[in-house]
Amino acid sequence: MRRTESMRGPSVLVRAGRNWGLYLLMLPAMVIFICFTYLPMYGVIIAFKDFRPAMGIWGSAWAGLKYFLRYFNSYMFTNTITNTLVISLYTIAVTFPLPIILALMCNQMYARRFKKFFQVSTYLPHFISTVVMCGMIIMFLSPSSGVIPKICSLAGIQTGDLMGNAGAFSSIYVWTEVWQHVGWDSIMYIAALSAVDPQLYEAAEVDGASKWQKVLSIDIPMLVPTMITLFILRCGSILGVGFEKVYLLQNDLNISSSEIISTYLYKMGLKSNQYSYSAAIGLFNNVVNFVILILVNQFSRKISDTSLF
Amino acid sequence: MSEMTIRNRNNHIRKSKADRIFDFIIYGVAALLTLLALYPMYFILIASISDPNLVAKGDVLLFPRDMSLDGYAYLLSMGNLWGGYGNTILYTLAGTVIMLVVNIPVAYSLSRKDLAGRGFFTFFFLFPMFFGGGLIPTFIILNNTFHMVDSFWVMVLPFSVISYYIVVARTFFQTSLPAELWDAAQIDGCGNLRYFFQVVLPLSKAILAVIALWAAVGHWNSYFNAMIYLRTPARFPLQLIMRNILINNEMAATAMTGSAAAELNRKANLIKYGAIVVSSLPIMTMYPFVQKYFNQGVMIGALKG
Repeated sequence: MRRTESMRGPSVLVRAGRNWGLYLLMLPAMVIFICFTYLPMYGVIIAFKDFRPAMGIWGSAWAGLKYFLRYFNSYMFTNTITNTLVISLYTIAVTFPLPIILALMCNQMYARRFKKFFQVSTYLPHFISTVVMCGMIIMFLSPSSGVIPKICSLAGIQTGDLMGNAGAFSSIYVWTEVWQHVGWDSIMYIAALSAVDPQLYEAAEVDGASKWQKVLSIDIPMLVPTMITLFILRCGSILGVGFEKVYLLQNDLNISSSEIISTYLYKMGLKSNQYSYSAAIGLFNNVVNFVILILVNQFSRKISDTSLF
Repeated sequence: MSEMTIRNRNNHIRKSKADRIFDFIIYGVAALLTLLALYPMYFILIASISDPNLVAKGDVLLFPRDMSLDGYAYLLSMGNLWGGYGNTILYTLAGTVIMLVVNIPVAYSLSRKDLAGRGFFTFFFLFPMFFGGGLIPTFIILNNTFHMVDSFWVMVLPFSVISYYIVVARTFFQTSLPAELWDAAQIDGCGNLRYFFQVVLPLSKAILAVIALWAAVGHWNSYFNAMIYLRTPARFPLQLIMRNILINNEMAATAMTGSAAAELNRKANLIKYGAIVVSSLPIMTMYPFVQKYFNQGVMIGALKG
């Protein structure tokens, strides 16, 4: 495509020279990206070296796959992978379908004021910072003063210390995630639904379709491309559960189910200065994520013609 | 709009029983969800001005009781909180300006079909969305190569290029600037730079607003980079101070003993509720007025570019 273009017009260099201004516009971002994003990608080779700060990245001695093998053989390997997968898959299973349902619901509301208020209030929690969110979770669940155990005990349910209960960690993580982001995540779907041709609905009404039938046979099919795109993106971060929230919710009592790859890597790397070991874990994590993204993308392109690239 | 009202009226006339039940369920569930979304935030607000003992006993659920501003009075005396507030305002302003300055021009250049090497540059700017060096190599480069750790600049510069912002802004430029405009400017002898600054930017206020708001909220709410890259407490942003208060229970600058410590302990949750209100207030009050820009941004992002 680009080849035929350049054969038709002047050569690439001439075109580039004529548009020198466009390259100048990209220059600041390119310098920043090379220094702070691409240079660290080169720095990833410390995962294969015995990194000593004094010797520099290139000067340190090669260590081969030593640090990868150390991670694969450590007892933390199964632990961190399992915890990461449990939290990640649980999150996708719950937070992927709910925004779709919310958007379908929103699309059915014709009372404009109410709809607006509904949208603004469900989006609002998205803007709470992670730190404040975790502070709220810890305070609300506190067995001595928290409001949630109080409300539960009114209903006759004894919750105990939820933050200290390793078995409850993933559920706390996922359902607070729902509370905070489900409204916001529905915007994409609402946008897709607003593009539906009203004539489709009118035609369905003429045929005597009920509201429920219209949802099933017009709205949901309209959302499929958006669903697939967002699903591929989500799959690309299966091992990339956000560090920030898990790290803040961790405590000594729930650590057995809350130590995920990214928190373990942070502790190894920056708390105990095992740079190469930590870089190896990070690289392993990123490569797995990247491979899953590519696989899901290819698979989706085959079966549905929808793909990211 | 008129189309929708007509449809609405039609529905009204021949609404079947099933459809009425359907509507009833939709509005009922929506009302319940609205309450669920708002109540925790409302609770924080009333708990921050009620008697902490009553809150702890679960007696403050719907309305504030024994109102007092003790928690807020204590917060006023916390110098580090306000220092953090100041730092965050600084990081947010500088960081947002830098993000606009670096990302918007890239998005414009990539939106131009006649950019030689467009495929390469697009890949260059989007690849980091899917792969990166990771925490430790990034830390080592920033620390050992650039000596930026524990400086003002580490908070606003290294992570200012955001691939997602570039994608959204590029889509905006592609769909909202007609190619004929550039052709006409070119015939009048207008160069790329002048065209960008004098024609493109004034026509793109909507996307500038979207990116600026995203960047500002991102800076205001982030704690991760500060935790990794800052050492000096005087440089800490608000969210890091908030972490110390909310998660690590560090409220007093110096260790306290006896009755002062007991009193502080009694008020600990009150102070936390107050701190949440104070730290979230700017964004929460601003949000309803600017929410249309946020929505616009997500919708532009949803268009396939």
